[in-house]
Order: sequence, then C-alpha cells, then structure tokens
Amino acid sequence: MNTSISKIEQEIIEEFELFDNWIDKYDYLIDLGKSLPKIDESEKTLENIITGCQSQVWLNAKKIDNNIVFTADSDAIMTKGIIAILIRVLSHQKPNDIINAKLDFIKTIGLNEQLSQTRANGLTSMIKKIKIYALALK
Amino acid sequence: MNKKSNIRDRFPLLNVKVNSNTLIYFDNAATTQKPKEVIDEITKYYQEENSNIHRGVHHLSQISTDNFEECRVKVQEFLNAEFSHEIIFTKGTTDSINLVSTCFQDQLQKGDEIIISEMEHHSNIVPWQMCCQKTGANLKVVQIDDRGNLDMTHFKEIISNKTKIVAITHISNSLGTINPVKEIIQLSHDKNAKVLIDGAQAAAHLKVDVQDLDVDFYCFSAHKLFGPTGVGVLYGKEKILNSLSPYQGGGEMIEKVELYKSTYAPLPHKFEAGTPNIAGVIAFKKSINLIQEIGLQEISNYEDKLLQYATEKLLEIKGLDIIGTSEKKSAIISFNIKGIHHYDLGVLLDKMGVAIRTGHHCTQPVMVRFGVPGTARISFAYYNTFEEIDSCIIAINKAKKMLL
Repeated sequence: MNTSISKIEQEIIEEFELFDNWIDKYDYLIDLGKSLPKIDESEKTLENIITGCQSQVWLNAKKIDNNIVFTADSDAIMTKGIIAILIRVLSHQKPNDIINAKLDFIKTIGLNEQLSQTRANGLTSMIKKIKIYALALK
Repeated sequence: MNKKSNIRDRFPLLNVKVNSNTLIYFDNAATTQKPKEVIDEITKYYQEENSNIHRGVHHLSQISTDNFEECRVKVQEFLNAEFSHEIIFTKGTTDSINLVSTCFQDQLQKGDEIIISEMEHHSNIVPWQMCCQKTGANLKVVQIDDRGNLDMTHFKEIISNKTKIVAITHISNSLGTINPVKEIIQLSHDKNAKVLIDGAQAAAHLKVDVQDLDVDFYCFSAHKLFGPTGVGVLYGKEKILNSLSPYQGGGEMIEKVELYKSTYAPLPHKFEAGTPNIAGVIAFKKSINLIQEIGLQEISNYEDKLLQYATEKLLEIKGLDIIGTSEKKSAIISFNIKGIHHYDLGVLLDKMGVAIRTGHHCTQPVMVRFGVPGTARISFAYYNTFEEIDSCIIAINKAKKMLL
C-alpha cells in the first residue's frame, strides 16, 4: 500500500488528463464520492467534524504500524469525492511524509479552480485537519 | 413583455457568460444585478463630482451634497414617509437593525420583552440577542407553521404590556412568506410596543407605504433594489428617532463639540457619523427611478407569474420538496430533492451557468424548524424570464441524473 505520495499524485494527474469536459470530471468526482467506504455513525462526532457553510465533513485517523490511515464522510457527494482523492494520496503514509506533502497535484488537476471559494476553503480545512492528525499521531 | 426585454438590456451583467453558458441569475434575494445607469452614475460621481458632502463651501461639495440629499427625498417619496429627515442612510439592512437595537437599549429595562420570529434572518436575531444581554430584556419568538406562515395566534399569546419592541421581517428570505405586517403593527401598538420591519426582501418587490403601515422603523438595503452595495436605509418616525441617543460619535453628527462635551446635530445627521457612501447613495437614486419607471405593481404582478410558473415546473420533478408554501409568497423558492445534497446541486447548476443559492440562507432556525441542513433557493427579479426557468429546470434534471 505504501506507494509514495508523489507517485499517487502523478497517477491522479494522468487520470484527470483523460477528461476533456467538466461533466466527465464531475461524474468522476461523484463516483469517487459514492465509492468511498461509509463510516460508522458513531464516528461522526463533534471532535472530528470539519464544518463549512455548505457541507460537513467527518475525518478520522488512526495509526496502523507506522502509517496513518484516514477514513472520512460528508453529507455532500462531491465533497466526499474530494476527500476520497485526498485519502487516496495521504492515507497509509508515514506521518512525516503527510506533514511535508505539498499536494501540488490539486492545482494541476484544477480542483482548486473548479471549486468555489467556499469549497476551496473546505479543501484547505480538510488538508489542515489531515496534517494536524499526522502531527498528533507522529 | 417588450418593456421587460428592454429592461434586461440595461443590465450588462445579464449578458455575461459563466462556464461558457449565458448566465441565468436566480440569486436575487442575495443581491440584484445593477442597471447601466447605476454603474454609470458611480463612475460619473468619481470622475466629475467627487467631494465630501455637507461641510464644503466649494462648487463640487455643493453638487455632491445636493445629489446626496436628493436621494434622501427620493427615498422619502418611495416609502411615502412624512419627512425626508426620517430617512437615515446606513451601510445596509443589518446596519439599520443594529442601529435601532443599540440605540433602543436606553429605553429597555430588565424584564422588558422583545419579540422576533422563527423565520428571521440572522441579522434580525443576533442584534436583539445582544440587546437582551446588555439590558436584561427577554427575547420572545413567534413560531411558524408547517407552511412557513407566522403563527398569529401564538403572536397574540406572547405579546403583552411587557413587550417594548417587535422586530419582524416583511418577507422571509428563505421561505418567501409575506407576513401580515400591518396587523402585526396594529396589535403591537395596542400594547404600546414599537415595531421594526426588516424590509430587505420586500422593498424591491411590493409597494411599501410607511405611513399607511404606521410602522415605527423600516429597514432595507439598496443592493437588493438594483442599487449599489454598502447603502442601506433606516426609516424611523421623527418622534421616535428624536428620542433615541446617537449610534456612533464623529463628524457630521454634531452640532457643537467642546473638549469635554458635545451637542448633537438634528435628524437625520445625528445618526450619520462619518463620511457616508456618497457615490452609492447618489447612484441609488437611479435604481429607485428604474423601479418607479417599471412600477411596483407591474413588478409584483410579473414576479407572481414567474413564481407560479416555476413552482409548477419544479413540482413536476420527482422527489422535489418545496419548503415554504404559504399562500402569500414573494418570488423566492426554497427546495430540496430527495437523496441530493443542496450543495452538490448548486455546484452542478453553476457549471451550467445557473446561479442559485444553497445553504441555510442565514436562517438557521428555519432550517431546524423544517428539519433540513439547508436548501437550494431560487429567487427572481423583474428581469428574469420564463425561458430562463425552463433552462433552469433542464439543468436541475441534468444535475439530478448525475447525482442520483
């Protein structure tokens, strides 16, 4: 599972290059959102919630061996799609690698521009929360 | 209808492309687009007239002052206020409400009561909560029924001689309900309570006559009436405004300043400390002209037709539920589609060039009341068309197909 972060980022960039219109790109995000494994209702707590004005995200982390494993959920499907991408890149990675990840691929695949400021803020909050977990579980 | 297509041409932004589609702007309850004459007036002010008002003796200052004060008279006429000095310019509806909720504190004592309703915008909730915290007054809340109507029986139960002020919205920004404000004002006056009406959603859509309503305070924002942002109106009855202490201290609001004490200017300047949004106020006059040119009756009739048509079309979409189904509604439709988060819908509609609003619309208690985290909201202005509604319905169906 421990493929390096930059390698996974490159894979995602290549996948997104295949889309030549927004509908395909968003369909893909929606599919990713739908395929993200559900988390238990008991894991949706006030401690792990990231509240935005528009949608809510619950993000959990635990340490397995020396890696951090993330699970997450959201009430909005496209937000879930975005978390699914973040999890694919950052889950099962070492804390230091997560903390140091620059995540330039987000800009490359146009996620940050496609998303409204509101959502972009949500994305920033998600990355922040992921890094805080990595720091805490180091 | 010809009249209307001409009007559309006067709004440059309505021809802008969004994500390669011609914009369909259905977020008018948040803010309306601006006609060219309003935009031009702002430019003209800064290019030809810019100067500070009221104090200057020079040529430009007199022009600006005259134009600024002409707008006050325009608003007086628009609301049918008795005097132009009953019109206070503020930053917006929120600012107007905060002015009243702050300045009214001197007249409140512990145990007094303030009534708001469950359907208020946060701007007509939070200032009163703060006012209660400061004064020891208690907040009472009128409930709403399942269709989004104010429960007038409940209102009559909670209003009493302890009630000092009633602050209610004219039209709900999330449900579209038009409230029976005249009846509310009469019932409140029977108990000697003052009434503030939040007219943010009403002033551009129906005729407001403050003398006929006998309302004590009426507030609205220019930007929801095709005018600039940063300009608001507070109408207050002369006698009541005179009884309030000033809101902010500073230039303009004084009569005489000594180092340790000052006397204040008469109305309206007493409540207008500091340099106001001169360009905005001057341009606001142009937007009122436009509304008067079309006529509020015509606006209201046409928007009713848009509302009716859109409601019928939306209800044809399976799983779509409208929140706010009062018989007396303004052209605002809040809805959810079963299995779809309002936010996902909003993002996809945006990709198709349809601008709607999603979320709680700054009315979280309404969302709690109806048990939803938020809604998608469509809100119309006079420049919207039936064709745009058709395109929006196609876009909603397309988004629905992608999301389900």
